[in-house]
Amino acid sequence: MASVGDRRRIDRGSFPALLAALRSEGYRVLGPTLRDAAIVYDEITTEADLPIGWTDRQGPGTYRLERRNDGALFGYTVGPSSWKRQLFPARERLWTARRTGEGFEVAPEPPDERPVAILGARACEIAAIAVTDRVFDGAHRDPGYYARRGRLFVVAVQCGQAGATCFCTSMNTGPGVTGGFDLSLTEILGPGGHRFLAVVGSEAGGRVLDRVPTVPAGDEDGPAAEAIVARTAASMGRSMDTTGIRELLPSRPEHPRWEVVARRCLACTNCTMVCPTCFCSTTEEVPSLDAEQVERWRRWDSCFNSQFSQLHGGSVRQSTQSRYRQWLTHKLSTWHDQFGTSGCVGCGRCITWCPVGIDLTEEVAAIRTPAPTATAPRGTP
Amino acid sequence: MGSSPAAVAPVGGARHPYAPTPYRVLSRVSETADTVTITLAPAGGAPIDAHRPGQFNMVYAFGVGEVAVSISDGGRFPAPLVHTVRSVGKVTHALAGVVPGQVLGVRGPYGRPWPTEPAEGRDVLVVGGGLGLAPLRPLLQELLAHRERFGRVEVIYGARSPKDLLYYPEIQSWRQRTDLRMQVTVDAAGRDWYGDVGLVTARLADVRLDMARTVAYLCGPEIMMRTTARDLVDRGIPEEAIWLSLERNMKCAIAQCGHCQFGPVFVCRDGPVFAYRDLRRLLAVREV
Repeated sequence: MASVGDRRRIDRGSFPALLAALRSEGYRVLGPTLRDAAIVYDEITTEADLPIGWTDRQGPGTYRLERRNDGALFGYTVGPSSWKRQLFPARERLWTARRTGEGFEVAPEPPDERPVAILGARACEIAAIAVTDRVFDGAHRDPGYYARRGRLFVVAVQCGQAGATCFCTSMNTGPGVTGGFDLSLTEILGPGGHRFLAVVGSEAGGRVLDRVPTVPAGDEDGPAAEAIVARTAASMGRSMDTTGIRELLPSRPEHPRWEVVARRCLACTNCTMVCPTCFCSTTEEVPSLDAEQVERWRRWDSCFNSQFSQLHGGSVRQSTQSRYRQWLTHKLSTWHDQFGTSGCVGCGRCITWCPVGIDLTEEVAAIRTPAPTATAPRGTP
Repeated sequence: MGSSPAAVAPVGGARHPYAPTPYRVLSRVSETADTVTITLAPAGGAPIDAHRPGQFNMVYAFGVGEVAVSISDGGRFPAPLVHTVRSVGKVTHALAGVVPGQVLGVRGPYGRPWPTEPAEGRDVLVVGGGLGLAPLRPLLQELLAHRERFGRVEVIYGARSPKDLLYYPEIQSWRQRTDLRMQVTVDAAGRDWYGDVGLVTARLADVRLDMARTVAYLCGPEIMMRTTARDLVDRGIPEEAIWLSLERNMKCAIAQCGHCQFGPVFVCRDGPVFAYRDLRRLLAVREV
C-alpha cells in the first residue's frame, strides 16, 4: 500500500493503467484535450484524448498549438479553461420553486455526488483552488462548491516548461507542486526513458497508485524532476514585482495609466472568464412557460460588464477605466483584505486571452512609476 | 418535500444560503406615488432570524427575482417584517404591486446594524434623505424606546417634495414630541408647504447639539451623505462618530457574488453601515 509521501516511478507504457485505476476507484476523469485549436479540460476516457505530442505557444493576445518533436503527454502550459469551471460551474441551478395553492415551495438543488478526478492540475491551478476554497467558505459556505470540492481527486502535473505569459514564480505559486494534491506527477523525457515520477499526497492517492504498475523511484528520478522544475522556473515568460503591491494599487486610483489602459480595454470580460479565481456571479430567474415553476440559476458575471454595478441611478462604474481599476486592484490588493491571499496565481491566462493583449504585469509596472505630472488628482478632498 | 408553503429542504443540515423563506403579505400601504410599505409574516413556517436596526433582507417575488431591501421597522418577531420599496426596476415593481395574502420570499437578515452603544450618554443627529429614512426608522424607534440613554436627539429629513415624504403620520407624531427635534426640508414645494426648502446640509446650521459629543447617523443618496459628513466634520463631529449606510448592487448578500464591493469591503457583509472614518478616502474617489 503506497502511503503519503511515497515516490514511485510509472513507466510511459503503464500510464493508461493510471486512467483505468482512477475509473476503477469510481472517478469520472477530466483532463486536457484538444478542441477548437486549444487545449481545454474535458472528459478523458483513454490516453488518446490527451494532447500527446502537442504544445502551445502563447503571448499577449495570442495562442497557437504546435507539434512537439517528442511524445510528451503534458508538454504544454495552461489553456483557456481552468478547474474553476468544475468547482464553480459557469451556470448552476441553485434551487427550483413550485407554485402551491397559497404560495410556493423551494427545493434546493441536490448536490451532485459523483467523484471527479482532475488530471493535469498545474501548480498555479492548485493555488487557484486554494483561493476559491476561501472565497466560497465563510459564514454562508457555498453548498454546491463544497460538495464538488469534497469529492475532487487532484492529479497534479509539475510543469516541464513555462509559457511566454507565465509568471507563477512572481506569485510564489509554482512551478513546483508542494501540496493540495492526491497524486503528483512529473513527466520525465530523455535519458532513462519516458517516465513519470509519482508522489502520493493522500490516502486516496495511495489507493489509486496501488492499482498502477510502478517501481520505487530510482536515484536519478528525484533529481531529474527537480531539474525539470528548476528549468521551468528559470524560463518564466513574464515577471511581476509584487513589492508593496497591496498598498500600491489602492493608493493610486487617479494614476493616468488607468485611462491609458482603458483606451485599449474592450471590457469584453475575457480576462475574468479565463481567470481561475475570478468568482463574480449573478442570478437568473427562469420561469416555466406556465409560470407554475421557476428555477433560480447562478452564472458567471464580470466586473467589466456595465450592468455589474447597476443601481437605480445608473452604473457606479460607468467608465472602462474604473472597471479595469476595480479588477486589477481587487485581484492584486483588496483580495488580501477580503481573503488573506492574492487573487492572482500568475497563470498568465488574462494576458493570453485578452483580445488586445493587455498585460497586467506591464500595467502594474506602469502604475508603480509615479505619475509624470504633479497635478492634483480629481476628487481628492 | 413537505406540503407546507414554507418547506425548505435542508442541505447538509443547514438551510441553503440562497433559498428564500416564504412570507405572506399582511398589508400594503402607499407612501408616495412610487413607494409602498409592505408588512410580511411567515407563511406557516419558521421565521428568519431576528434583525437589528439597519440590517436588510433579500426579498423575492416568485417568477420575477429578488432584491436587497432594508428593514424599515424595528419590531422583532413575532412582529411582522416591514419593508419600504420604491418601484424602480422589474423586481421592485413586482414588490410594490403585491396584494395582501400574496406570498413572497425572504432571506436574511444581512449586514451590520447601526451601532447605538457609541451614542449612549451623547447627543444624536439622524440625517435621512429620500428613501434613506427607511433604514433609519428602526434606529429612531430604538433611540426613542430607550430615550433616557441618550442626550438631545435631532432628526433632519429631506425629500424631493412634500409628496415624497415617507411615513407621514409617524413624522407628524415625532414632530409633536418634546424629547426629539425634527426638521423636515424639501428640494421644491408649492405655496401650500410651510416648511423648509433646500438641501439637508442647509439645515445643519440650525442644529442645537454639542457637536463634539454627538453621534451622527446618515442615510440617503451618496452625494448627500458625502457632503453632510464633510459638513459635520467641519462643525466638530469626530469622523469616527459619523455612521452611514451605503447602497450597492447586490445579488447574493453573503459576500460571494462580488457585486457590492467598495474597495476592500463587501457592502452586504461588512456594511451596509460603516464608520465615515473608514470610508472617507474611498468616498472621495469617483466610480469605486
